[in-house]
Amino acid sequence: MPHGRAPWYHSGVSDSACIPSAAAAVPTAASSAAPATTGSPRHSALVRITHWITTLCFFALLVSGIEILISHPRFYWGETGNDLTTPLFKLPIPASRSLVPTGYGYTLPDQNGWSRYLHFQSAWLLVFTGLLYVAFSLLNGHLRNNLLPGKADLSWRAVSRSIASHLHFRRPIAAEAWSYNVLQRLSYLFVIFVLFPLVIWTGLAMSPAFVSAFPATVNVLGGQQSARTLHFFVSLALVLFLLIHVVMIFLAGFWTRMRAMITGRMITGRAGTPKEGA
Amino acid sequence: MSESSKREPSTRNLSSRNLSRRKLITTGLAATASVAGLGVATRLAQKYGLIPPDHGGFYGLGETLTYASQRLLTRHSLAREFSRSQISERPFPNELEPPTDEFKRLQAGGFADWRLSISGLVARPASLSMDQLKSYPSHSQITMIQCEEGWSYIAEWIGVPLSQVLQAVEVLPQARYVVYFSIEPDWWESVDMADALHPQTFLTYGMNGGELPVGHGGPLRLRVPRQVGYKNVKFITHLTVTDSLKKFGKGVGGASPEGGYAWYAGI
Repeated sequence: MPHGRAPWYHSGVSDSACIPSAAAAVPTAASSAAPATTGSPRHSALVRITHWITTLCFFALLVSGIEILISHPRFYWGETGNDLTTPLFKLPIPASRSLVPTGYGYTLPDQNGWSRYLHFQSAWLLVFTGLLYVAFSLLNGHLRNNLLPGKADLSWRAVSRSIASHLHFRRPIAAEAWSYNVLQRLSYLFVIFVLFPLVIWTGLAMSPAFVSAFPATVNVLGGQQSARTLHFFVSLALVLFLLIHVVMIFLAGFWTRMRAMITGRMITGRAGTPKEGA
Repeated sequence: MSESSKREPSTRNLSSRNLSRRKLITTGLAATASVAGLGVATRLAQKYGLIPPDHGGFYGLGETLTYASQRLLTRHSLAREFSRSQISERPFPNELEPPTDEFKRLQAGGFADWRLSISGLVARPASLSMDQLKSYPSHSQITMIQCEEGWSYIAEWIGVPLSQVLQAVEVLPQARYVVYFSIEPDWWESVDMADALHPQTFLTYGMNGGELPVGHGGPLRLRVPRQVGYKNVKFITHLTVTDSLKKFGKGVGGASPEGGYAWYAGI
């Protein structure tokens, strides 16, 4: 036991009541004594499918993005920048082009051809998947019920309790297996409605053809090189989210969470029995 | 709900069979409609020139979506132009292969003998000297050139819009692409007529008030400011107008696509 007490110490009606949305969303989850798989899936088929397509696209975008980046690992602010101008900052890595002054005595192989193809193809798939997800989430109540935090959840006390619980690496309460906690909701909303739109916007702002039709997309960012630099930082934020997301999955129980996101099924009894380990 | 759960097993089987038949018909209709829709979309896309030459293969779908959507959105839009004060003080000329003997010979003569030949689907094929090119009204634009690697600079580019030269040689109606070749071996690219006739597509011979330096493609470079650097081929000596890219090299329309890069580089 990581904390010298039962992992599901927090489960039970009184504790779940501190997380109203969790308790409200799936009332049966709080009384998790019944070791049974329930009929309705933890995640709808749409959520599961869009989640894994997004995962696939994100990895393709990340790998191809890194490949494109190492052809010029220098960043600038404003409209222009090149090997002859002073960078805002540079990454201490070798480059795949010989003229970039990296300080390394060798040049990495050029992978930009397939990387650019893959980057844009994955971006298209991700955009369509994202639109599908958002459209259905608006229509079927997923956004309202599962992502928007309840009023009570947004109280300072509830949020600080959730933050403290995360900082102590406490394993989530049983009800959280059935519903997102307030920090989860806020971070998912931030990723879906802030980071992804920003990364698409800053990406498009680098396209000379796109900005010829919509110059404001790059002008308000301060220039094409600013857009590139911002694209890098938003991507970093997405990678940070991914890392925390994966760590949380491991803390919460890797196989139960993976099974829930792959098959939709959730076995509430296995770890949910309050008596276990007590 | 409770009503249906009380049904006899046989009734339930029947209803589920009905449901599956209905599902089957719906799915079949949807599939037929999708295939038909895709067919119509492909025909329309072909008709309006929305399919790039590198539409085959694993990345073909993404590439076609990029090209088609950007063509629909940007057919007549102008690349951003900048003020004189935004011209980069230190434009980066990028790496060049050692010049061929032919290039060195022409360079020794101050490029006085440099010629641009125009062939293919034109009424009057031509071979123009630099002086003849410069006799067309000269135009200038202050635009950015950005490399697919990520770096960029802004310069004033001086030259003659390709559309004016194409007008003079009279492009035939079946023309779909202009293929352009560098004097350097294996350096050639192509653009569709939307980019070839675009007012900012220049046969460029001057930069920032002077001659176009050799490092930047002098004496003659094709500037396609709505596409990234590699479409802006340096040392142009020949261009040909065609209705199909299949006749050139491996049929994907340029040295970059043959080297694994996208033919359309508006992004």
